[in-house]
Amino acid sequence: MDLHFGDSKPTDEEREAVDALLGPPESAWEGATERTDEDLRWARGGRPARERRDLLLPGLHAVNDRVGWISEGALDYLCRRLTVPPAEAYGVATFYSMFSVKPRPATVLHVCTDVACAAAGSAELCAGVEGRLGPGSGVSVERSPCLGLCERAPAALVVRAGSPAASLGGQPPDPRSSNAGGAERSAGGAERNAGGAERTYATAVVGPATPDSAVLAATAPEAADPEAPASLAVPQAGQPGLTLLRRVGVVDPSSLDDYRSHGGYAALRRAFALGPAGVIREVTDAGLVGRGGAAFPTGVKWQATASQPDHPHYLVCNADESEPGTFKDRVLMEGDPYSLIEAMTIAGYAVGAHKGFLYLRGEYPRALRLLDNAIEQARARGLLGDDVLGQGYAFDIEIRRGAGAYICGEETALFNSIEGYRGEPRSKPPFPVEKGLFGKPTAENNVETLVNVLPILTMGAQAYAAIGTEKSTGPKLFCVSGSVARPGIYELPFGATLGELLDLAGKPDNLRAVLLGGAAGGFVRADEMDIPLTFEGTRAAGTTLGSGVVLALDDTVPLPQVLLRIAEFFRDESCGQCVPCRVGTVRQEEALHRIAERTGEAAAGDIALLREVGRAMRDASICGLGQTAWNAVESAIDRLGAYE
Amino acid sequence: MTAIPLGVPRRLVEFTLDGQEARVPEGSTILDACRAAGKDIPTLCEGDTLTPKNACRVCVVEVEGARTLAPACSRKAEAGMQVRTDTERARHSRKVVLELLASSVNLSTTPRAAEWIKEYEAKPDRFGPDAARVDEEPRVDNDLYVRDYDKCILCYKCVDACGDQWQNSFAISVVGRGFDARIAVEHDAPLTDSACVYCGNCVEVCPTGALSFKSEFDMRAAGTWNEAEQTETTTVCAYCGVGCNLTLHVQDNEIVKVTSPHDNPVTHGNLCIKGRFGYQHVQNRD
Repeated sequence: MDLHFGDSKPTDEEREAVDALLGPPESAWEGATERTDEDLRWARGGRPARERRDLLLPGLHAVNDRVGWISEGALDYLCRRLTVPPAEAYGVATFYSMFSVKPRPATVLHVCTDVACAAAGSAELCAGVEGRLGPGSGVSVERSPCLGLCERAPAALVVRAGSPAASLGGQPPDPRSSNAGGAERSAGGAERNAGGAERTYATAVVGPATPDSAVLAATAPEAADPEAPASLAVPQAGQPGLTLLRRVGVVDPSSLDDYRSHGGYAALRRAFALGPAGVIREVTDAGLVGRGGAAFPTGVKWQATASQPDHPHYLVCNADESEPGTFKDRVLMEGDPYSLIEAMTIAGYAVGAHKGFLYLRGEYPRALRLLDNAIEQARARGLLGDDVLGQGYAFDIEIRRGAGAYICGEETALFNSIEGYRGEPRSKPPFPVEKGLFGKPTAENNVETLVNVLPILTMGAQAYAAIGTEKSTGPKLFCVSGSVARPGIYELPFGATLGELLDLAGKPDNLRAVLLGGAAGGFVRADEMDIPLTFEGTRAAGTTLGSGVVLALDDTVPLPQVLLRIAEFFRDESCGQCVPCRVGTVRQEEALHRIAERTGEAAAGDIALLREVGRAMRDASICGLGQTAWNAVESAIDRLGAYE
Repeated sequence: MTAIPLGVPRRLVEFTLDGQEARVPEGSTILDACRAAGKDIPTLCEGDTLTPKNACRVCVVEVEGARTLAPACSRKAEAGMQVRTDTERARHSRKVVLELLASSVNLSTTPRAAEWIKEYEAKPDRFGPDAARVDEEPRVDNDLYVRDYDKCILCYKCVDACGDQWQNSFAISVVGRGFDARIAVEHDAPLTDSACVYCGNCVEVCPTGALSFKSEFDMRAAGTWNEAEQTETTTVCAYCGVGCNLTLHVQDNEIVKVTSPHDNPVTHGNLCIKGRFGYQHVQNRD
C-alpha cells in the first residue's frame, strides 16, 4: 500500500489522545513532529504495519473523547500511525452516529426519542432542552435512538469530551492504555471551562429527565446526581428464586470478593473439572439457545467453533444491545459484571479461545466502567491471564466500545466493526463459526446467553433443563417498559404468559397493544394476554420473542406515531449496503408519513405499497435489519388494525 | 496466442436449477450455472473481474429450504441444492429492487436497466413525486473523469477496484450510512486532493455510468455521444513493456474513451493513467 496522506496536522490535544492509546510515534513517517537521521533508516510495512487496523475504532474514540469531534488532522494522524488509508478511515468515522467529522461543542446531550421515551414525553423534553441549549451554550443536543434506559423514560445521556480525569468516575474509556499517568499529563492546549479548571471527560445519565435536570447535567456532568443503582431497574431484586438476577442489587458490582462470596467462580471451577467437551455437553443438554433474538442453540455453536481446525479461535460477547426497548444486558453488566467475565472465561475455555472480545454498546458508560474494573480485578487475581485459576489455560478479555450503530449488533457487522472496517454485515455463508473475527473461527454470544451458562454448570444440565418448557429451557429476562406501573427487568421461567408478566409489572387498565421483541418484533393485542412467553409459543402465535422486549402501549399513545418512529429508526440505522433496506426503509417511512392521518380506503393504496416493499425487504435484504424492518408495521396493520 | 491457465481440475457439483439437472465445477456460483444454462438473470453489482459485494440484490433467486432469497452472483452452488430463478417471489423482489433504484437514482445510462424495468413491470413512479432521491450534482474536478453520483447505485465495484481487488490505491470509500451513504475520498475532498492515481479502473467497472470519461460526459452533455457510430479497435499500449491491450473507442475519427478487454490475461480490464487517458498525442494532427 502506498498511502497518501494530507497536509493537515493534528492539534497537540489530538496528538496526545492518539499517543495515549498507541504510544509515541516511532518516526516522522508515523507523524512525529521532529525529523531525525534515524528516519532515513526507518521502514515499516507489510503485516506489522497493517495488522493494527483494529485499533482504528479505539483511536477514533480516543480523539472523540478528548476533543468531541474528529478533525482532518486527527484522522490523518491516526491513519499514519495505523497504516490505514484515509478514505477508508473517513468511511469508518462517518459510519457511527456518536462521531462527528464536523466541529461541534465538546458536550453532547443525547436525548432518547425512541418508542418508550416518546410515550413518556421525550418530545416535550427535547423542545425544553433545545430552547435552553441553543448555539453558544457549548452543548449540542442530538436526538438519539433507544439508549437502553427504558425503565427511566424519558432518558438522556451526556457525554463531555475532555482530558482524562484522575478519578475512576471520569476515566476516559480505554482498555488498552494504562491508567497511570492520566493525572500527570500537561494541561497544555486543553480548553478550560468556566471554573478555570481543565475540561475533563465526563458522562452523566439522566432519567427520568426533565428539561431542568437534563440541562443541569449537560452543563456540569461531573456534578450531576449520581445514577440510580442498576438494581432499581429490577423490581424483583433481592427476591428468592431468581437465577440470573440473583446477585443484582445484592452484591457490590465493583467487588470481586463480594462476587465470590455469593457463589462467583464456582461455575468456572466446575468447567475445569468437566473439560471443554464436558462444558459443551452440559450446555447442549441444558437446551440453552441464544437470547439475543435468533434463538440458535448455543451448544451447537460452541461445538462447531471448537471443532474447527483453523486457529486461533475467538470468543466474542455481543453486548451491543441496541434493540429499542432492550436493557437487560445493561442491567446484568451493571449489577453483576463479574458474572459476564466468568461466563466469557468458561465459553472461551469450551471453544478453545484464548482471547475474548467484549463489544460493548458505546452508550453504556457505567457498564464500561464496571466491566473495566472487573477485568482488571480478575487479572490481578489470576482469574484472567496466562494461567487462569492455575489450570494452565490462558484467557484474556478486551473491551471494544461501539460508537452508535444498531447494525453492529448483527454478528458479522460486529466483526467488521472490531476489525476497524465499516460495520456492514458480511454475507453468509461462511458462518462465524468457520470464518468470523479476523477470518478465524469465532463463537459469538449475547450477554444473557453467556450468563445462563453459570447456572447450567452449577446446578447441572438436568436441573436447568427442568426450568421453563421442553423447547425453551431455563429462565428468561424480559425488558418491560412503556405504560406499566413498574417498568424494569423481570426474570421468569420460560412458559409464563404475557398476562402474568404484565400483572407483575402493573398492567394499565387501558392497554392498547404490546410490542414484543422490539422494533424488529411485532405487536400483539391487549386481548392476547395468554400467549406463552416461549420461543415456540410466540412463533405459534405468529409473533416473536426477540430479545425479550415487552413494551406496553396504552390507548393514549397514537399508534401511527409509534409506527413512524419505528420506521425512522430503521431508516437511520440501515447501513446502506443493500438496496432493499437502504431505499426500502426510506420508502416505508414516506408511506407511513402519508397515511399518518388517514384510515380505510384513503390508506389502502399506501398499505398495499408497504406490503410490497416490506416483502422485498424481508426476502432480499442481506441481514436481519432489513429482513425485520417491516415486521412491526405489518403486525400493527394486520393484528391491531391500524389505519382501519 | 493467449495462454489460458488451466488450474487444478475441479469436481463437478450437481444440483437442480429450475427443475433441470445442472452440473457446474465446484466453486461456481448459481449465476455461473444460470449463464451456462443460458438463463438471463439481471445483475448490477456483479462484475466479471471482481468478487461481487452482492449489494444490489437484483439477481436474487429462490433456494429451497432457505428463509430468504439468495443472491445468485455470490451463493455457491452446492450439491443437491434446489434453485428456482423465476418464481413469483424472486421476480417480486427483483421488481421492487428495480423500482427502489429507479426511483432514487438516474438509471438513464445503465445498460439494460430500461429493458429490465419493462420485463419486470416495475413502476418506479408509484412512490410519488415526493419520493426522496439521491440528488447529487456531477463532480467535475479534474480533466480525466467525472463522478456523477446521481447515477450511483452504491454497488461498491469502484471501491473494490480501487482497493484490494485491483489497484490498491484505496482512494475512495463508502462514507456515511444508509440512504445518505455516498462514495467519496477522505473528507469528501476533490479527487485532486486524494490518493487517486487516475488509473480509471473504477470507470471501467462502473455499471451505471456514474463514473465516466470527461470526454464522454462532455459529449453526452452536448448531445453528440453516439455509441452506435463508434468503432472499437483493440491494440497494444505503446508506453511500456507490459503489453496491455487497449480498446480504443472512436467516434468521428476521435478517440472518445479507452477500455481494456476484461478477459485479457495481462490487464483483466485494468490500465494505468497512461494507457487509459494518455491518448491525446495520437490525435495531435499539427
